[in-house]
Amino acid sequence: MSHAIRDSATMLRRQLRHMWRNLPVVLMLLAVPIVFLLLFVYVLGGTLGDGLGGSGGRRAYVDYVTPGILLITVAGAVQGTAIAVALDMTQGIIARFRTMAIARTSVLTGHVLGSVLQVLLQLAVVLGVAVLVGFRPDATAVEWLAAAGLLTVTAVALVWLAVAMGLASGNPATASNLPMPLLLLPFFGSGFVPTESMPAGLRWFAEHQPFTPIMETLRGLLLGTPIGNSAVIALGWCAAIALGGYLWARALYNRERIR
Amino acid sequence: MTSEPAIAVTGLRRSYGSHVVLDGIDLHVPEGTVLALLGPNGAGKTTAVRILSTLIRADAGEARICGHDVTRDPGRVRAAIGVTGQFSAVDDFLTGEENLVLMADLHHLGRAEGRRRAADLLRRFDLPGRQPAATYSGGMRRRLDLAMGLVGDPRVVFLDEPTTGLDPRSRRDMWQIVRDLAARGVTILLTTQYLEEADQLAGSIALLDRGRIVARGAPAELKRRVPGGHVELRFAGDEALTAAAATLGVAPDPDGEPLVLRVPGDGGVRSLRALLDRLDAARVEVDTLAVRTPGLDDVFLALTGRPTATNPGEVTAR
Repeated sequence: MSHAIRDSATMLRRQLRHMWRNLPVVLMLLAVPIVFLLLFVYVLGGTLGDGLGGSGGRRAYVDYVTPGILLITVAGAVQGTAIAVALDMTQGIIARFRTMAIARTSVLTGHVLGSVLQVLLQLAVVLGVAVLVGFRPDATAVEWLAAAGLLTVTAVALVWLAVAMGLASGNPATASNLPMPLLLLPFFGSGFVPTESMPAGLRWFAEHQPFTPIMETLRGLLLGTPIGNSAVIALGWCAAIALGGYLWARALYNRERIR
Repeated sequence: MTSEPAIAVTGLRRSYGSHVVLDGIDLHVPEGTVLALLGPNGAGKTTAVRILSTLIRADAGEARICGHDVTRDPGRVRAAIGVTGQFSAVDDFLTGEENLVLMADLHHLGRAEGRRRAADLLRRFDLPGRQPAATYSGGMRRRLDLAMGLVGDPRVVFLDEPTTGLDPRSRRDMWQIVRDLAARGVTILLTTQYLEEADQLAGSIALLDRGRIVARGAPAELKRRVPGGHVELRFAGDEALTAAAATLGVAPDPDGEPLVLRVPGDGGVRSLRALLDRLDAARVEVDTLAVRTPGLDDVFLALTGRPTATNPGEVTAR
């Protein structure tokens, strides 16, 4: 067990070096949610904000959209994870790792830990930009901690799923497409407009997909809207996605490779 | 450890679908010796190395490395081996030194010892440690690849076509490294398509053809079984050819190239000099001369009755 931790830490260091040397890619992944934020606040925010059922306009909309943007940030970042994993698997060194007496999945754990750290850093930057453009959360320290916890859990779940997708894709091009639906899920949920405004079928989907309870819980923690059972459902989804992603990734990694 | 060989393989089989790649091979490599697995592309060399290095499983048969079964005890096998693949297994995003330190960390060597070993290997293999591996030349990458396999001080090293695709100079550097390694008492199994390489490096050769071992023995033994060494003389005209044929008692091959006479011989300096002295004495002018040594082609032709696509070794003098 201690070897597994030590090997994972080694692989994390390797991963952080990779990220540092691919800084332009990391920054590009960071640009996506920021562009979305500015687009939705300044171009669409005035109108969308008035449609929220008050006359709060742009100011109200910054508050409303930020949790959705945070999930866009996570979804965009894990797209990078899938590409990095697929790219890594094309490197000969993975075959070498398999011939060494190391904890077998430590390569994957390294990717997961590195990506989660990267996601959290990106979330901090995006949140900072959101505050700059008018996001005004009223959360207490405990609520902030809970929100950070939920975002971390979400990141872990989606990163494991992305690792599996990266392994399943077999090449970086496919790997960049597989996680694409994750970027759309905040739109087909309560990320950008309330689900009540959607037609019946879409509304049912929006209310039952995993991202909506996560966003509703974040909204509740940061802005004081009612959370209800969203938190429990959100954690349930995260646990299920994390476990599914982990098992899928492990099975794919352990299968025999024929080059 | 007992007197068990470092590598002991019996009846190893493996197929991909209906295609049989290894059809029951046996190998015994005593500790501290070098075995070359010689064969053309598709003979099953890489598959054999992959099974022995625990990358894939055999369908049948048994393989033990340092007494540990590759299927039942892969962890112990992995701890005892170092592998250098046909495709270089280095991390392109890391520098040479970082690659070596990564290996040291994965062997749980500790910071100071890891750095010491990395520095030692960089010096021994003449590698620039601060440069990213992606910028290394083909020969440097291969050396780094081998160095990475040695960080853990393995007792058994697998080299899968260590010089394929390298220029002659890098090939010679690699040969010297392998010789040094063998001198340190490391057991080595190397695969190659070049008879010359097997001859240079290995104490014994196993010839692999279509998943079976068709011949084995010391390089000299194997080459003795192969005809094909000869000296090729080319003349300016028919007159000289006829005169030479009469002097040497060798008939020109009517189906061969015109103006060429093939004289059986090993191409050694002494016999070459004797040959030229006889031609000089008879006042026969030779245009060019080429020494043809038996290559993998000849070995194959002789032992399987089938030619391969590889070229025979050739030295030409003008």
